[in-house]
Amino acid sequence: MKILVCISKTPDTTSKIAFKDGNTKFDDAGVQWIINPSDEWNALVRALELKEKDASIVLHLISVGGADYDPIIRKALALGGDEAIRVNADSSDSYFIASQIAAVAKEGAYDLILTGKETIDYNGSSIGGFVAELIDVAYVSLATKFDLNGTVATIDREIEGGEETNEVSLPVVVSCQKGVAEQRIPNMRGIMAARTKPLKVVEPIAVDALTSLVSFELPPAKAGVKLVAADNVAELVRLLHEEAKAI
Amino acid sequence: MSVLIFVDQTENHIKKSSYEVLTYGVKLAAQIGTNAEAIVLGTVNDDLSALGKYGVTKVHHVANETLNHVDAHVYTKVIEEAVAATNATVVVISHNTTGKAIAARISAKLKAGLVAGAIALPDTSNGFVVKKSVFSGKAFANVNIATAIKIISLNPNSFHVTSADGTATVETLNATVEAAKIKVTAVNKVSGEVPLSEADIVVSAGRGMKGPENWGMIEELAHELHAATACSRPVADADWRPHHEHVGQTGLQIAPNLYIAIGISGAIQHLAGVNRSKVMVVINKDPEAPFFKAADYGIVGDAFEVVPQLISEIKKLHNN
Repeated sequence: MKILVCISKTPDTTSKIAFKDGNTKFDDAGVQWIINPSDEWNALVRALELKEKDASIVLHLISVGGADYDPIIRKALALGGDEAIRVNADSSDSYFIASQIAAVAKEGAYDLILTGKETIDYNGSSIGGFVAELIDVAYVSLATKFDLNGTVATIDREIEGGEETNEVSLPVVVSCQKGVAEQRIPNMRGIMAARTKPLKVVEPIAVDALTSLVSFELPPAKAGVKLVAADNVAELVRLLHEEAKAI
Repeated sequence: MSVLIFVDQTENHIKKSSYEVLTYGVKLAAQIGTNAEAIVLGTVNDDLSALGKYGVTKVHHVANETLNHVDAHVYTKVIEEAVAATNATVVVISHNTTGKAIAARISAKLKAGLVAGAIALPDTSNGFVVKKSVFSGKAFANVNIATAIKIISLNPNSFHVTSADGTATVETLNATVEAAKIKVTAVNKVSGEVPLSEADIVVSAGRGMKGPENWGMIEELAHELHAATACSRPVADADWRPHHEHVGQTGLQIAPNLYIAIGISGAIQHLAGVNRSKVMVVINKDPEAPFFKAADYGIVGDAFEVVPQLISEIKKLHNN
């Protein structure tokens, strides 16, 4: 059994978002980088839980990015996993990124490919779907529970207004969200072990990007809060009804 | 040429987010000088010709029961054939749970560029540039799609629905429905509640409520406003409320007309998930709570005193 977990690097959730170079680039001055939360807490940790139950599972991590990704990959390896692969390329086009992952996934004949539900920077929720189509396997999105019984996965996934239980034979691509795994933090032994785990750097395959980033913008500033006294709740209701026309 | 609009259904009824996508697709078709057609998959009990009210001329229906559940692989093949049959140059889908399952797959299949999470019509004055939400609502990106066929998934509650008189022709589309790779063994719908992603009004509460036993007033307020309930991350983490109610950077990102935050301080991660709301109201006893900087209206006060008054004032309003 081989599992591949997709790891992305994102700004820390407390980061103030700003742009540079005429609003064409993210301004990373003073920004702390983290493993994209749902890649780490959901996809990776669930894979680790599976590996703890079945030591024969081979667990690889994959990232698409430049050398600046390495500290994040080492951090992920400190949580667990046997080795990591970094495709040495940088792109804002998620199809390009997914194509790199698909090429590695195909080559490595993985049974299970896990991603987070979305990255907190581009919010596309699209890597899993792209990869599944490119390697022509089933795709289950937004998983909240994942169990494996031999080569059949039982997965709860979010649907509009509820949840659905799916049974699917491997291989499968699954995007993971909250609920799928318990939370954990890396321990010192893991951090030490991660230093010597293999981190292979491979060159990208040639892919034409389907989209290109033109510019970023920030939302307009708010006009400021209108405060109403706590003993005058009727006034708030009047404002919401007459001024904001929201109720 | 056409704009093909994917009309999503649940339990044999058209979803509310679909009307938004229809309005968007019809306006886009007018903008680029083509017609708008809709595609509906699975068994639907609604009158599909009524989708003409939103401006589509034709509705293509594939009524195969296999399509009552979303299997991304099966859906993708059907949409591929629908795109070919309608000669579509743009496909519009909601960025809801269905869109998140199928949009990227369709994009890869058709080698058609995807903008996932669009919030506005494209700027077609120079290329095909679509504005989308990024950094979980903290910013926007303008993304150009260079491919001949383009796919847009629209963030729910981004576009105002408009309708007029009109009927559409409904045609059966003979598409290939492959065997499902996914077997659905159980469906658990939360019925009777307004789905959070589609709600016009959201009442949300945080740690200021002190414990899950105090949520009665939050639910009552939501009920009076026909609103969905939501919560902050610490509340979901403490299991005071179910995880699917968690809004914020690592939870659900929403954009209702009205967001009422009760006992939520407004950490940057929480605001990221809600700051596309049109009107934000905050009720918090701490005047220094960061939420007051982001909100439109606020009351500095104790939720346990303010919320019951709010319920009774809203009842008064509705009784008038």
